[in-house]
Amino acid sequence: MSDLLDLWFAIAQAQTAHARCLDDDRLEEWPDFFTDDCLYRVTSAENMREGYEASLIFLNSKGMVRDRVSALRTANIYERQAYRHVLGQPSILLVEADAVKSEVSFIVLRIMRDGKTDLFATGRYLDTWRRTVDGVALTSRIVVCDSSRIDTLLALPL
Amino acid sequence: MGSNGPTQAPPSQWPEGLTRVPYWAFQREDVYAQEQTRIFQGPSWSFLCLESDVANPGDWRSTFVGDAPVVVTRNASGEIHAFENRCAHRGSLICLDDKGKAAKGFSCVYHAWSYNLEGDLTGVAFAKGVKGKGGMSPDFKISEHGPRKLRVETISGLVYGTFAAEAPSLPDYLGEEIATRIARVFRDRKPVVLGRFTQALPNNWKLYIENVKDSYHASILHLFFTTFELNRLSQKGAIIVDESGGHHVSYSAIDRGPTGNADYSAQKIRSDSDYKLADPSLLLGFDEYPDGVTLQILSVFPAMVVQQIQNAIAIRQVIPRGPEQTDLNWIYLGFEEDTPEERMMRLKQANLVGPAGYISMEDGCVGGFVQRGAAGAPDERSVIEMGGKTAEGSESRVTEASIRGFWKAWRAQMGI
Repeated sequence: MSDLLDLWFAIAQAQTAHARCLDDDRLEEWPDFFTDDCLYRVTSAENMREGYEASLIFLNSKGMVRDRVSALRTANIYERQAYRHVLGQPSILLVEADAVKSEVSFIVLRIMRDGKTDLFATGRYLDTWRRTVDGVALTSRIVVCDSSRIDTLLALPL
Repeated sequence: MGSNGPTQAPPSQWPEGLTRVPYWAFQREDVYAQEQTRIFQGPSWSFLCLESDVANPGDWRSTFVGDAPVVVTRNASGEIHAFENRCAHRGSLICLDDKGKAAKGFSCVYHAWSYNLEGDLTGVAFAKGVKGKGGMSPDFKISEHGPRKLRVETISGLVYGTFAAEAPSLPDYLGEEIATRIARVFRDRKPVVLGRFTQALPNNWKLYIENVKDSYHASILHLFFTTFELNRLSQKGAIIVDESGGHHVSYSAIDRGPTGNADYSAQKIRSDSDYKLADPSLLLGFDEYPDGVTLQILSVFPAMVVQQIQNAIAIRQVIPRGPEQTDLNWIYLGFEEDTPEERMMRLKQANLVGPAGYISMEDGCVGGFVQRGAAGAPDERSVIEMGGKTAEGSESRVTEASIRGFWKAWRAQMGI
């Protein structure tokens, strides 16, 4: 039990740290949450239901995660904006020696430079973790948005 | 149009020629309403869905032509039909979901008026009343009522529809060059849907269409594209504008010759950078098209795009939602014969497009920049003069010729 509690704590801690990293605009630290062979996808409940493979964002290496950050910093044009993530409590779905699966719900508000604040996305993170010396790292995060409709653009990662 | 129709847009205010567009064209309610009747429900063809969306008899899919809801069906004998998603009784939606199976046809939830798969009204609940009382008036004839039907034609697995009896056939509407350029993307392969997303754009639908047709901006606004030589104006390529002006193709092929980057450096354009990718595997692509074309953006008037960006294939359906709102429906495609490696490359290259795309995300916001920028200036005009004043194709992609072509076709149908 205490092992499971430790695991739950490590995952909850990693999830909130991840959200704070994005909300605090520390994107350069974002890749550190992932293992080298990671997968990060953003899709929607409808696309999952239909079994569609394509994603809004599909990064299947830590290099691609880094590239998303450098593209946002140096290449892409979008109005200044920030997110506020609100996370639910993680559910641990599977515990194996080399993989732990969890699910947690999220709400993301988007705050534009003029102060306009909108409910931007709701959904859940389907996470797969690997235990590390410091805690846990993401081998896979599938961001399943409840809606397939994105307002204007999805620049910053969810 | 009856006397209750929208107010005339003021044609007298339209400047001479094709190089100036007054901003009221993106702002006025009456212009928007007139576009619905004269363009979307006028003699033009709109993309409805994929043939595979209604693969079997009884399959249906709901879609839009302009802002009018439409149902596409396949009937028992395998023909595709389309009709308004509007009950002939009191106007309710007939189909309430995106898709479904209706072997026996449809029944409106409001009062159970029923329809067959061809869109004919087949039954009226309690038409004869109850116990001899009530019921429809004796002169009511079922055959005289029903949602409006669309003519339907297909090309390369794409289903198009038109409300207008006077519209030319689809091949005549597209012309041979555009039809051939659509066919080159599909190459008789069976498309497979890989994903569907909607991008809600904070701007008039025509600002998105202008952006699609604007090859001038592509390598200036989109740094990602330019740096990795997916699309430089110095690549070999061309713009094709059809005779009506309404359809266009912009294509390019990688030119590995010693063509200079000097033109870019001289302009001090933001898009000349040392930006490098840690994992450039998404740019590898695979050899899909024997003609060596790595980018082809094709638009069909009024509001549909077929996209090939390397191996990222997509349909974009543009749905106006009022003068200042537009839905952009992305349908990402692969093909049945894709190998696992090819499929993986399409999934990776999908990062380039869509609401979060390295290239497309800017197109999602730039229309809003124009909508907001021109908010106080309905009578001011945009300047569309790059590449001359006509709407003819050219080998240079430093041109706004296909935007001028769009306005030529738009004005012809609007009578402005």
